[in-house]
Amino acid sequence: MSEHHEYHDPANVINPEHAEHHIVTPLQYTYVFGTLLLFTGITVLAANIDLGVFNPIIALGIASFKAVVVILFFMHVKYQSRLIKLTVGAGFFTFLALVTMTLLDYISRAWGLW
Amino acid sequence: MHEEHHEVLPQHLHHFATEEQQRETGTFGMWLFLLTEIMFFGGLFFSYLLFRNWYYDAFVAASNQLSIPLGATNTAVLITSGFCMAVGVWAAEVRKQSLLVIMLILTTFFGLVFIGIKYVEYHEKWEKHHIPGAHFDVSEFVHPGDYGLKEKPLAPDMAEKTQVFFFLYFAMTGMHALHMIIGIGLLVWLILRAHRGAFSSGYVAPIENFGLYWHFVDIVWLFLFPLLYLINRHPLK
Repeated sequence: MSEHHEYHDPANVINPEHAEHHIVTPLQYTYVFGTLLLFTGITVLAANIDLGVFNPIIALGIASFKAVVVILFFMHVKYQSRLIKLTVGAGFFTFLALVTMTLLDYISRAWGLW
Repeated sequence: MHEEHHEVLPQHLHHFATEEQQRETGTFGMWLFLLTEIMFFGGLFFSYLLFRNWYYDAFVAASNQLSIPLGATNTAVLITSGFCMAVGVWAAEVRKQSLLVIMLILTTFFGLVFIGIKYVEYHEKWEKHHIPGAHFDVSEFVHPGDYGLKEKPLAPDMAEKTQVFFFLYFAMTGMHALHMIIGIGLLVWLILRAHRGAFSSGYVAPIENFGLYWHFVDIVWLFLFPLLYLINRHPLK
């Protein structure tokens, strides 16, 4: 039967194959919410400190961390099947490949600002 | 063991073996769409990467024209709307209809607040002649002292490159805002359906998949904010 017996589901609509189906609780969402707000504050503060070449690295690093947290918890990917996890990973990999290849094009030009 | 629970679920379409498979397929399809959106915004992010490196001084001066309090508030507003959407998905999963409707309404509300703040920012750019095109005014970048700014003055040719920053600013935040507006339209439709009980008997796929779209648009903003607003904000030495 459904292991989430505290949620009344007599027709087993949510889980007909008896597969694992984790329902993320509002408490977990609240932790995520707090984390996101906290790191937004950190990124604004870090922008006001001169860290030279590390300013954009830290800014992007924090943004990436926030994105990962949203993807894993708000979008449930942490509790999804391998198909979904692979799809998400493939998307970001392809994006990185596109950016890298385009950068290679620009960087290897004899003309231009690089 | 499978037969005891063999009921025909109302949303189960005949070409899917089980409702679980149907739901998984829907989620998979929505993620494929979001991947195309990553590529779409990705092109703009790449342009930003390139031109920020080529015209760094212009990007710094132009970025400092943006209001961090407004941008940070907008970030918090979107994060809050994402939280409301997530709780809405939970409400649909545990079949609390009124909570679902309230959460969808709150998500819409925060989305509208975001658009409102964006309008205020865009209006300021219009007033200052910082919208790229025939009426763009570079004088604030060539003579910042005249405007009471502590920026470094730019040479006229570099000052012209601030138009590139503003073009990317309007293109990226404008495209993002268009996605928000489409999302708000969809939310209104979902609110009406949720109010009529369409999502209170276990059929949560539209709410979940819309949630994926909404969180994705939120993630785009989470990158836009530091890249556009926080380029070089430490006080000048």
